[in-house]
Amino acid sequence: MIGRRGFLLGSAAVAGGLAVGYRVLTAPLPNPVEPDEGEAALNPYVLVTREGVTVIAPRAEMGQGVQTTLAALVAEEMDLDWSEVRAVHGPASLAYANSRIIALGLPFADYRESWVQELAEGAMELGARLMAMQLTGGSTSTADAFERMRRAGAAARVMLVEAAARRWDLPAARLRTEAGAVLAPDGARLSYPDLAEAAAALEAPRDPPLKPRAAWRLLGRSLPRLDMADKVTGQAEFATDVRLDGALFATVRTNPHLGAPMLRFDAAEAERMPDVVRVLDIGNGIAVVARTTWAAMQAAERVEVDWADAPYPSDTDAIFAGIAAAFDAPTQMALRDDGDVDAALADPRALRAEYRAPYLAHTTMEPMTASALYSDSRLILWAGTQSPTRTRESAAEVAGLAPEAVEIVTTYLGGGFGRRAEFDFTDQAARIAVAMPGTPIKMTWRREEDVRHDWYRPGAIARLVGLPGPRGPEALKADIAAPSIAATQIVRQAGMAPPGPDKFLVEGCFDQPYAIPAFRVQGHVANVAVPIGFWRSVGHSHNTFFTECFLDELAHAGGQDPVAMRLGLMRDEHAASARVLRTVAEMSGWGTPLPDGVARGVAFCFSYGSPTAQVVQVRQTDRGLRVERIWCAIDVGIALDPRNIEAQIQSGIIYGLSATIMGQITFAGGRVEQSNFHDCEVLRMDQCPAIETRILESGESPGGVGEPGTPPVAPALANAVFALTGRRIRQLPLVRELAFA
Amino acid sequence: MKIVVNGTEHQVEVDPQTPLLWVLRDVLGLTGTKFGCGIAACGACTVHLDGEAVPACGVAVGEVTGEVTTIEGLGNGVLTPLQEVWIGEQVAQCGYCQPGQIMAASALLRRTPDPTDDDIDEAMSGNLCRCGTYPRIRAAIHAAAARLRDA
Repeated sequence: MIGRRGFLLGSAAVAGGLAVGYRVLTAPLPNPVEPDEGEAALNPYVLVTREGVTVIAPRAEMGQGVQTTLAALVAEEMDLDWSEVRAVHGPASLAYANSRIIALGLPFADYRESWVQELAEGAMELGARLMAMQLTGGSTSTADAFERMRRAGAAARVMLVEAAARRWDLPAARLRTEAGAVLAPDGARLSYPDLAEAAAALEAPRDPPLKPRAAWRLLGRSLPRLDMADKVTGQAEFATDVRLDGALFATVRTNPHLGAPMLRFDAAEAERMPDVVRVLDIGNGIAVVARTTWAAMQAAERVEVDWADAPYPSDTDAIFAGIAAAFDAPTQMALRDDGDVDAALADPRALRAEYRAPYLAHTTMEPMTASALYSDSRLILWAGTQSPTRTRESAAEVAGLAPEAVEIVTTYLGGGFGRRAEFDFTDQAARIAVAMPGTPIKMTWRREEDVRHDWYRPGAIARLVGLPGPRGPEALKADIAAPSIAATQIVRQAGMAPPGPDKFLVEGCFDQPYAIPAFRVQGHVANVAVPIGFWRSVGHSHNTFFTECFLDELAHAGGQDPVAMRLGLMRDEHAASARVLRTVAEMSGWGTPLPDGVARGVAFCFSYGSPTAQVVQVRQTDRGLRVERIWCAIDVGIALDPRNIEAQIQSGIIYGLSATIMGQITFAGGRVEQSNFHDCEVLRMDQCPAIETRILESGESPGGVGEPGTPPVAPALANAVFALTGRRIRQLPLVRELAFA
Repeated sequence: MKIVVNGTEHQVEVDPQTPLLWVLRDVLGLTGTKFGCGIAACGACTVHLDGEAVPACGVAVGEVTGEVTTIEGLGNGVLTPLQEVWIGEQVAQCGYCQPGQIMAASALLRRTPDPTDDDIDEAMSGNLCRCGTYPRIRAAIHAAAARLRDA
């Protein structure tokens, strides 16, 4: 019953957090937007310039099209002409804190009564801290902005209309707005730029009315993305593309034993190389500043360095032994514990299986980069960052400055996927800039540094026991062991862990809408110090593989069709979930006969508010297995921009498919073994299947779309492999055991 | 040494071993060409050398004898039909790989004006995209080919 109980707890906890956040956000905050001469900032989201309206869309544009959708929320209420709308990231500011991110870490489903008090208190405190963060992640941007940015647009419109009403001495109610202007009944017209200064002097309305959905002209339509033309002509600026006169170029080389310091280094040879300007000690490694990035990269290799040893076991087997050891430690609180699991699973017909998922790198197309300029005790940092406020805080500490003396300019991100929520690379750029006062620095990591110094998706092991039955599993017990994201990434971001058990460890399993009579999910926190972080869909990325493959095993053991069995489990639990599963079955023609050598697998995941089901079709070829087609149905509540949502679903699927087939990070001698795209392979055009997506809308608000496409693809593919070959592969990536064409 | 980029001759004073990529970006300020791997394995730095798509990270500037065309020079200041189609299909997501993808696709269409899916696979599989724009890249190349046919 995640449905009801989860919702009630969630509401209470989130409401608690929001109450704190509301105080934080409604305290008298200066508008962070500083208008130039002749411009007016009507609120933190609306800047009226001489040319028109610039929307401050304060979430990282990392490919997901968020700036377009956020700008549309404001443009809709202001009645702007879409072709005239501009969007910018805006400054790092508390005014843009993400009020939805808090809900991600809270254990939403089953818990013991004693947790209530602690949870509520913890949520309040954590809420206050996370509220103070401007973070793009957790597929929250649109949900967070849906009300807020429409209200900002509506408030700006009310102010502009009132300014026109005073100018014309007419009642505001007789005026209307259209294409960025206020119109009088006689056809007279005042453009927003003409009214901006007068409007800015008015008091903002507290609760401006919003347009009904039926009146939307922009929302709900597929809009041309605001960033598209610049990205197609090479004009879009990423962090090292900014024009900085007299810039020098830098790269870093840090300890491949992650988390350990540098013992000593000798840069004599590197410093003699042509075009090298300086070699700097940056604590856990060195930075080279040179006249070209290439010279810096060449020289970094020539520095002789002694590294301290890694604080974790030296190879993959030992690391996984460390993860497995967590099963023997006292368990964390079960986040789901329905029925009498122990009694049910004493049955000799119970199935047992162990599943494993590897560490994974993000490998954004743009390696870590940042530009920085330190002068006159001020630091400007140009970075593609998912967390500008935390980045500023940390860079200020590194530079020995107050946060107010650090300006973050958020550029486009060449991919994020969670990697750019970190601030290791921006700290390095700050450190280099401080050592080179007055000289702009453009820092670019080598791809090898990027692959070997990630905050990886943690490796994980699941031990599952289930009892098949004639109408679906009668019992299911899942024990999941992995290092804790809450205890590491969240602590880095927020200074403390979310209250209660680590939800990330078991999400995608305990919180799925399956009414299994006896159902227990337990998380086991492994103490392995390999750096880990958010990787697209976080815990769902491995737990959906474990859960949905094992459900497939139980379906086969119980003689049931995998779709029919899941529908039986979720029909009374969550109608929207059952609907997406039925939809994807219809789309794919599930159950219809297939030619020899072709098979299908299905999987489902409820994540980030959007239930998602996928069917994967594979074909045996002479060169190996070919992933031919994928069908996906997702219920996004309200689809604000269908074509962009489709792109995000394709993106999530392809990212997940790449990891499923070939993604892995392994260790030897305390170092990551992979280094670049030749040995850390990712999916290419020739292996990309045809993808068909159907978007359902059954809600009153938008759900997440950036991540939900990712979790189901791994189990859907592994289940298809089983259907084709009879082989149940329980460890990723699949290329360990199968060739793919 | 001298190189010709987008029709303009430049005198550059760098180590001749420097890959063309870094001369374009760091010396000439043509930042549309991106760095992705440095080992010619991802295609982010794809430019045209006398009309052929090559990874600029794998060519030493001292060895460049032909004319270099980058994304900035592809349409001489106006959108090419391929770029128009790319916008129409809303291909780009993060956008980082897209200049390389477009340079590779443009060289493909010059060579093979009406490519099959296999032609596209062969020509485009050297260009990685982590956002998963592959389906729309394929659609855009087919759409551009159709436009060329009808033109």
